[in-house]
Amino acid sequence: MRRYIVKRILQMIPVIILVSIFSFMIIHFAPGDPINMYIRQDMTQQEIDELRVDLGLDGTIAEQYLAWLSNICRGNWGNSLINHQPVAKQIFEKLPATLLLMGTSFVLSILMSIPLGLVSGMRKNKAADQFISIFAYIGISIPAFWLALMLIIIFSLNLHWLPSNGMRTVGSNSVLDILWHLILPGIVLSVGNTAVFTRYIRSNTITQLEEEYVLTAKAKGVSKRRIMTGHVLKNCLLPIITIAGMNLASLVTGSFIIESVFGWPGMGTLGMSAINSRDYPMIMGFTMLSCVILIIGNFIADLLYGVADPRIKQEVKKIHES
Amino acid sequence: MNLDNDKIILEEIEKEDAFDPANRENKVQDEIYERGIFYNLLMSLKENKLAIICLIILIIIIIASLLAPLSPYDPDAMDLRSKLLLPNKEHFFGTDNLGRDYFTRALYGGRVSLTVGFFSMLVSVIVGTIYGTISGYIGGTIDNLMMRAVDIFMSVPSFLLIIIINSFLSPSMFTMVVIIGMFSWMGVARIVRAETMSLKERDFVLAAKNMGAGNMEIMLIHIIPNMIPSIIVAASISIARAILTESSLSFLGFGVKLPMSSWGSMLQNAQSQIMDVPTLALFPGALILLTVLSFNVLGDVLRNALEPKMVK
Repeated sequence: MRRYIVKRILQMIPVIILVSIFSFMIIHFAPGDPINMYIRQDMTQQEIDELRVDLGLDGTIAEQYLAWLSNICRGNWGNSLINHQPVAKQIFEKLPATLLLMGTSFVLSILMSIPLGLVSGMRKNKAADQFISIFAYIGISIPAFWLALMLIIIFSLNLHWLPSNGMRTVGSNSVLDILWHLILPGIVLSVGNTAVFTRYIRSNTITQLEEEYVLTAKAKGVSKRRIMTGHVLKNCLLPIITIAGMNLASLVTGSFIIESVFGWPGMGTLGMSAINSRDYPMIMGFTMLSCVILIIGNFIADLLYGVADPRIKQEVKKIHES
Repeated sequence: MNLDNDKIILEEIEKEDAFDPANRENKVQDEIYERGIFYNLLMSLKENKLAIICLIILIIIIIASLLAPLSPYDPDAMDLRSKLLLPNKEHFFGTDNLGRDYFTRALYGGRVSLTVGFFSMLVSVIVGTIYGTISGYIGGTIDNLMMRAVDIFMSVPSFLLIIIINSFLSPSMFTMVVIIGMFSWMGVARIVRAETMSLKERDFVLAAKNMGAGNMEIMLIHIIPNMIPSIIVAASISIARAILTESSLSFLGFGVKLPMSSWGSMLQNAQSQIMDVPTLALFPGALILLTVLSFNVLGDVLRNALEPKMVK
């Protein structure tokens, strides 16, 4: 198992490097020289050249990339071109808000999709199943930002029940207040994943119920409830771990969009404004962190799946022995 | 190459076992192939009420967008005396903040969204099919490497990269199509690869090979045409995704540039008017939802028709 983990970690590195080269090239081949952001009217050519060296903007693109890479490895993510603050500090200040939003919506989707998926699968093609399935279709098809707008119109502008903007009321510092602000964005962000998970749990339940062990249990007179809780449930829920890992991308992307609709003070809002103002050290830091979050999420999902389903561990062992 | 194939065939024969449920499934699949897979797809559409409704919705939306120039209003003609009207007899969807007829704008927006969706799908299906067929047909180490590359592409925050690319190159419809297509072919490639791996072992392909058909010929004439039903399913889901991606990009302001507008950019404009005229935000989003929903449902119904196990 340890060898498998090490191997997976080594496999992540090329992905991260490729993404960094790719984003670096897009940013640096774009028209316009980033040095223009720094130049003041009264600077001489010599000062500009010195500044270029200071910022690591001299040399070929390969040299610039290597300089950036060695800085990143030493924990120096550079300074924002806009407010000249360190990039890493700014991003990590915003990270908790984003993780809170993503975590809440993830837990919400799991909590909603398990009962929905199980009921839907057990009552296949009955009214309840058709109802849930149509909802799941809507969930995967609805543009999240539009749902956000509609909920804001209904619950914030007309009913005045829920806040539509930000994370706190000015002057308030209580946890309840944050949770209050979290309701709308959390729900909107969870809808897509809820729909995807529900569909997977439904189809898993259907295939599991057709398995021979269920027939055997039925023949032995085990009650339906016992079959569900004792056997089917575990086998239905296992694959969700993998699906959840694979859907992390949509959670990260979704949180950027949802943050910008709700003015949630997280990484997404920061990243969008960085992209709009072409703050390239910020964009690089932001892209790399999103990429790392995604890859680590996938990795954890794989590991958990291996722990939950011993057959995977066996296969891993076999691969290494051969 | 041939030696490898023979080995695989031998293994297949050894594995052959009438009691194996996998083999039973294959028999069912064979029967369905004989009845004609397209006939089957059509029948399953006919049987499913939801699918028929979705098909009708799609046809209406597509025809309405195509006929947009017939509208009596110019989508860009401003009329400040009649701005921000609620839906009424003359303006079905009301008017926006510059007094432009919102219904006409929605039709023209649909043209952009559907065109970008359709051509992105085309790019991702073509790239995915070529990549998947080659990978599955060659097999071995090259296949392994090619699939690792797919894994890498899939673990990248693609939406973020699309935003970055779009913000640095000023986007036109053409670049949007290429970029969305280039980040969404991986799913198609995986499906096509799996199909190719099973098709290349089938008797008619082996027969063609023995009669001296070249690899290119086998891929183009014998393998790809037989995957068309699965490709149609993938295409349907792929259009749905592309339309969602395009509308999210446009909503965030990284989509097609003014004066062109898509459903997503209409929603971006509507955001500042939701206090006064909430219907401005309602219609474009509802159109996106209906279109994407219909493509998703159709794709699913068709897929179920291809997998006999799921239908029964």
